[in-house]
Amino acid sequence: MRLDLAPILRWVRPGARVLDLGCGDGTLLEALRDQRRAEGLGIEIDADNITACIARGINVIEQDLNESLANFENRSFDTVVMTLALQALRYPHRVLDEMLRIGQECVVTFPNFGHWRARWYLGSRGRMPVSKFLPYTWYDTPNIHFCTVDDFEALCAERNIRILDRAVVGADNRESPLARLWPNLFGVTAIYHITR
Amino acid sequence: MPSQIPHDSVGLVCPRVQHFDRPIRLSCGRELADYDIVYETYGELNAERSNAVLICHALSGHHHAAGYHSPNDRKAGWWDDYIGPGKPIDTRHFYVVSLNNIGGCHGSTGPVSINPETGRPWGPDFPSLRCRDWVATQRELMKALDIPQWAAVIGGSLGGMQAMRWAVEHPDDLRHCVVIASAMKLSAQNIAFNEIARQAITADPNFHDGRYLEHDTIPDRGLALARMVGHITYLSADGMMEKFGRDLKAGDFTLGSDSEVEFQVQSYLRYQGDAFSKSFDANSYILMTRALDYFDLAREYNDDPVQAFRRARCAFLVLSFTTDWRFSPARSREIVNALIGAQRPVSYAQIEASHGHDAFLVPIPRYQAVFSAYMQRIRAEFANGGAN
Repeated sequence: MRLDLAPILRWVRPGARVLDLGCGDGTLLEALRDQRRAEGLGIEIDADNITACIARGINVIEQDLNESLANFENRSFDTVVMTLALQALRYPHRVLDEMLRIGQECVVTFPNFGHWRARWYLGSRGRMPVSKFLPYTWYDTPNIHFCTVDDFEALCAERNIRILDRAVVGADNRESPLARLWPNLFGVTAIYHITR
Repeated sequence: MPSQIPHDSVGLVCPRVQHFDRPIRLSCGRELADYDIVYETYGELNAERSNAVLICHALSGHHHAAGYHSPNDRKAGWWDDYIGPGKPIDTRHFYVVSLNNIGGCHGSTGPVSINPETGRPWGPDFPSLRCRDWVATQRELMKALDIPQWAAVIGGSLGGMQAMRWAVEHPDDLRHCVVIASAMKLSAQNIAFNEIARQAITADPNFHDGRYLEHDTIPDRGLALARMVGHITYLSADGMMEKFGRDLKAGDFTLGSDSEVEFQVQSYLRYQGDAFSKSFDANSYILMTRALDYFDLAREYNDDPVQAFRRARCAFLVLSFTTDWRFSPARSREIVNALIGAQRPVSYAQIEASHGHDAFLVPIPRYQAVFSAYMQRIRAEFANGGAN
């Protein structure tokens, strides 16, 4: 179990209906099923991940998040989750709107581009950061919409998204006191519990 | 003939016939006093009788889905790539039941059978059938085989329609429904293609209003033409180009020569048409294409597929193929969306394939992987002793 998923397990109510956008190989939905008795459905486009989900007994739909989510009705899920996919979307704010329409509550996680290493890299070298966590070159990357913790909260304020809870983890995927105090500087991955 | 039967084949199989003498009322209002169903089984029914799966066949299918009838058979059953030891429908774990639907022409009661009232073949007088009649008679077979519940009902194309009908009308009789390259109803274009096929048959001078058997003949030209049209729609443009290109079977285009040219694709289509016209009954073809046209899963549920699927209690796997334009991925997504709306457990994969609609019969690695993974999940349920 990835440690950055731990807060999500806390926030999802037992027995909840959960939609996971970009569910990968189904790890999170499996944990939610086994630990929270959640009834999950994943959305994924990668063929191997889809097979992996089915092999674990996780229901998964092949669908592209960049296209419409109109096939999901308003408030048809208790929680809509999207982990580490926000930065790869063509229109992140529209997908957030869709998540908030479909779910009573949502959980979003993303890599914090305001982390001091990213700032140091850009500031000292004047080049786009490349790291172990974000190993892509600027011209060939799935991550086309990086943001910082402060950017995300500004977006939430602008679009009337209510932040119910926030967790920020450091490089070791643990919630550290430093990251709690200065999330925009020391958070590697930001995890938000939101609603509208 | 395979030089020896492959190790991942179910091997030699023998069809059996189940006779039913309790009359069945059909959806057209008429009654069939008694009927036969020919079927095959592969694998062993377990002690709990919980590992049985039903295979529903498509338009031109039949009971012989896997294995060989004789060591001299050149070809295995029509879904042999998917049924057998180690294959997606793994016969080391599942008990597979595959039948020929009534109205067919491979041994089950249909237009070529003798009408007991006249002593002559039914021909065009055989009652018209709907998908639900097949499901009802499949259910009679299920009872005869003493199977309390299917682990899964599985079908491609028209077979997928039967599988969905099972899920909606008999929710307690199945735990999983696998719907491959199918649709909740045909499009106008689809019905149009079926109409061309029927017109080709009825326009054959040997058709004799469907009483060709009494004239000791068959409308083989018409049936071959019907199959040729159908066959084109089961392939994709790219798939056909890949397979045949513009290759020539005979003749050439040398300037100054007037030799007759035959493209490979012409020869292939004629061969397919001829072979089919010798093995399939024209009245059966008409009857089955009509059942396809008439099928509409949600007709009795206010035309609302979500309402229809709310009745279902099983889990679903839906598969489609990218180049299938007869039962396109869009039709499968409609099924998936209705299932999501009805809050039924569903998984969906859209398989990259160049084979058009025929892809559902072809061994394709991703298709095999997804299908196998799902079937293993079903197995895990009864291995753990649990129905869901």
